[in-house]
Amino acid sequence: MSYPILSTVIFLPIAGALLIFLIKRSNETLIKWAALFFSLATFALSLPLFTSFDKTTAAMQFRESYPWIPAWGVNYTMGVDGISVLFVLLSTLLTILCVTVSWTSVKDKTKEFFAALLLIEGSMIGVFCSLDLFLFYIFWEAMLIPMFLLIGVWGGPKRVYAAIKFFLFTLVGSLLMLIGIIVLYFNTGRSFDVLTMMNTNYPYAMQVVLFWAFFAAFAVKVPMFPVHTWLPDAHTEAPTAGSVILAGVLIKMGAYGFLRFSMPILPEATRAMSPVMMALSVIGIIYGAIICLGQTDVKRLIAYSSVSHMGFVTLGIFALNMQGIQGGILQMINHGIVTGAMFLAIGIIYERTHTREIADYGGVATVLPVFAAFFMVFTLASIGLPGTNGFVGEFLILLGGFKANNLAGVFAATGIIIGAGYMLWLYQRVFFLEVNPKIQQHSDMNMREIATLVPLLLLVFWIGFYPNTFLSFMDVSVQNLITRVNTAGQPQVAQQIIEVIQ
Amino acid sequence: MNLPFPDLTPVIPEIIMSLAAMALLLLDLLLRNKASLAYVGIGAAALTCVLLPASFGETFSGMFVSDAYSLRFKYIFLVNLVLSILISLKYIQRERADHGEYYSLLLFATTGMMFMASASDFIVLYLGLELMALSTYILAGIKRHDIKSNEAAIKYFLLGAFSSAILLYGIALLYGQTATTNIYQIAEQLKLKETSPMVLLSMVLIIVSFSFKIAAAPFHMWAPDVYEGAPTSVTAFMSVGPKAAGFAVIGRVFYTTFQHLQADWTPILIFVAILTMAAGNILAVVQTNIKRMLAYSSIAHAGYMLLGVVAGQQGVSAMITYLYIYAFMNIGAFAVVILLEKGDEISDYEGLSKSHPVVAALMLVFMFSLTGIPPTAGFIGKFNLFMAVVNAGYTWAAVVAVMFSSISAYYYLRVVRNMYMKELPGEAQALSPSPSLGLALAVAVLMVIAMGVVPSMIIG
Repeated sequence: MSYPILSTVIFLPIAGALLIFLIKRSNETLIKWAALFFSLATFALSLPLFTSFDKTTAAMQFRESYPWIPAWGVNYTMGVDGISVLFVLLSTLLTILCVTVSWTSVKDKTKEFFAALLLIEGSMIGVFCSLDLFLFYIFWEAMLIPMFLLIGVWGGPKRVYAAIKFFLFTLVGSLLMLIGIIVLYFNTGRSFDVLTMMNTNYPYAMQVVLFWAFFAAFAVKVPMFPVHTWLPDAHTEAPTAGSVILAGVLIKMGAYGFLRFSMPILPEATRAMSPVMMALSVIGIIYGAIICLGQTDVKRLIAYSSVSHMGFVTLGIFALNMQGIQGGILQMINHGIVTGAMFLAIGIIYERTHTREIADYGGVATVLPVFAAFFMVFTLASIGLPGTNGFVGEFLILLGGFKANNLAGVFAATGIIIGAGYMLWLYQRVFFLEVNPKIQQHSDMNMREIATLVPLLLLVFWIGFYPNTFLSFMDVSVQNLITRVNTAGQPQVAQQIIEVIQ
Repeated sequence: MNLPFPDLTPVIPEIIMSLAAMALLLLDLLLRNKASLAYVGIGAAALTCVLLPASFGETFSGMFVSDAYSLRFKYIFLVNLVLSILISLKYIQRERADHGEYYSLLLFATTGMMFMASASDFIVLYLGLELMALSTYILAGIKRHDIKSNEAAIKYFLLGAFSSAILLYGIALLYGQTATTNIYQIAEQLKLKETSPMVLLSMVLIIVSFSFKIAAAPFHMWAPDVYEGAPTSVTAFMSVGPKAAGFAVIGRVFYTTFQHLQADWTPILIFVAILTMAAGNILAVVQTNIKRMLAYSSIAHAGYMLLGVVAGQQGVSAMITYLYIYAFMNIGAFAVVILLEKGDEISDYEGLSKSHPVVAALMLVFMFSLTGIPPTAGFIGKFNLFMAVVNAGYTWAAVVAVMFSSISAYYYLRVVRNMYMKELPGEAQALSPSPSLGLALAVAVLMVIAMGVVPSMIIG
């Protein structure tokens, strides 16, 4: 590890994007191979994060720090801990799959498409690694530009509306957070350093205001009820790669924001607001699930299921106990894998049929058996069948939820049941029943498409059977976070919780 | 009476500029190729730029002062001048407005702005203001045969004359109270006396007249019509230069002459700032003409900057930085408008990314920078400004400002949407490129990105 891993992983895709801009427009093959090369190289270079990560410490690892804007005290500070490291790996992995799935489906402005994809990858990883709030905000916002274009240029019929809605929702939230960041800056002795903020105690009244300022940005991204309305449009209209990035990584940034910034920096406000947050999460779970039952568009259904699933994630996080938070983080990874896979799969079939209406399908299992088998696994993982990754995550979250609040646990469990309902019903309508004549002549998945889905399939079972590989990454960091959240002002409670956990 | 010969060192930049402007008038008679006049203008600006740092000092019995504050503004004026000349070269030929006076007037206007930034006496200030204003009135109407251009000039002239008169009235009242026109001496005298209603009235009158100059609501009505009617290169020039000059005066006068009345003018300026942001941002949403849209957007930007004025010395400094950034991104956007042979309507940009990907990408950068999205300079400017506002204790005003700023995203995005997400309606847009325009665009886009990525260039 002689190279600065995090900077490499952030700036290699960005450099790749700039390089792609220089390639001649007509040379599409080279553009695609360049994009694939850069995404593979980034993934390969990110692997040391997996192998050399020290699981025994909660401190930031792979740190880099250089002065950037001395007049403001802004430093280019990078680092990962157990909470963020898995998201970096998820981002680098999913980007490769986005490239392969878009290989033939993107025909217009190929150059810009792959450049935008790589730009998004770089800035997403930047978000997960930044330990300076200013730097974090730069990446957080910068990503909007390529994402806006990705949805608006290569998306479905209502793409322009969806893109602008996505942009405005996110921007309004982010700008409120920006003011919050500035206020924090002046109250931290003119510093944007996140680690310093984590060790500063701010007055309670200020914490509450800041909590809501940060909430504005993070809740929109997650998205939590009631600011979720951009998501169904954006996910539905985005091109396959866009949906995968959105569902797989981008919306995780919101929940990650809660974990990295809101909770450790504003612990007392977090404790005070956790009932509100849990209530909003539960509403999201149930509301998202019920809406799913009424959808006629496959992509829109999966999009609403994200609202429901992300409700589980925030529920776990704001349960403020070990199981809840670990489950929340793991469920984010799971959701990235499973929903990412579903959008990939829908993209694969959409490329053949050019329809997203459930009514246009039926009997797909007869015509495309391999495809149906893959989709079955992801459906079951989404429902949370034991043996798949979804089970582990949801189980931990329910455990944490029940511990924090019985009622929340009960409602969340109900959400799982509805979830099983809409997913299986979707599977039945699309894959079983009479063979719809519209899909009769289509061929099954080719090797490229299978290769796209296999890594995710393996991960589903890996996490399902041996989640400890991944949970062990976050043990110490989550423990540390919980101690921070629960001890600020109330040492004895933390002590009790730590005892319970051990 | 025996007057000593004044020390001319502090005014050397202004002298060079005025001489160059007059020389251009004469050269116009001798030279057939008007383009060479432009190069003379750029040369004069470059020379001035080099000599600026050496011009520190006070002269003419304290009527003129060249300090760090005025220096920063003068750089903005010169950047504005050079970029405007570069984008004008081919455009005014195309618009048949290439009269020899054009470049001379640009230089005169810039000289006027420089005097405004350096004025420490209301008489000098007024002279600078009129030099600038009269030159820009003519520039706005330089397309003699174009009725809209004529309308713009008349409108600008009438409203400008009103605002000048109001300013004079304010100055006269102050003179009546203190028997001096020197900004610093007035301040000293006013501090000793009890504040009379006359002083407050003169303060309000000065706020009103400069609200006209910077196009702050509710005195912004002239801006869209003038911006739309004037030749685009002049619009670009006007949207930065006179505005910056207005802010230079506001920043100086309110922190000297009216320093002791800060509690009185702060609420007025905050109110005007919020009204300006509201008017600019909301009205820009419904525009279909890109020049009008940019006019309203420039009104909105004046609102953000006015908030900076309220926020103390740090805020004034942030306001100057913002103007500097604004000069590059706004003139950049106008340069793209000029580059298109037919680019006045927002609908003219439909499918531009298909026909001219590079042009579209340039416009994309300027639009996102005007919105204030990182990693462009526009974000750094806004961040710097809001930081000063929050630090001064007006967090709520910063929240209002960011909310209006998110409205602005909508109309800037409309241009991006048209370029990238709409199909080409018919034939590809015709471009009228020229090396100088290309240079201006390259400089603008490089600066916008460089200042966004390496903010240390302009911060601190």
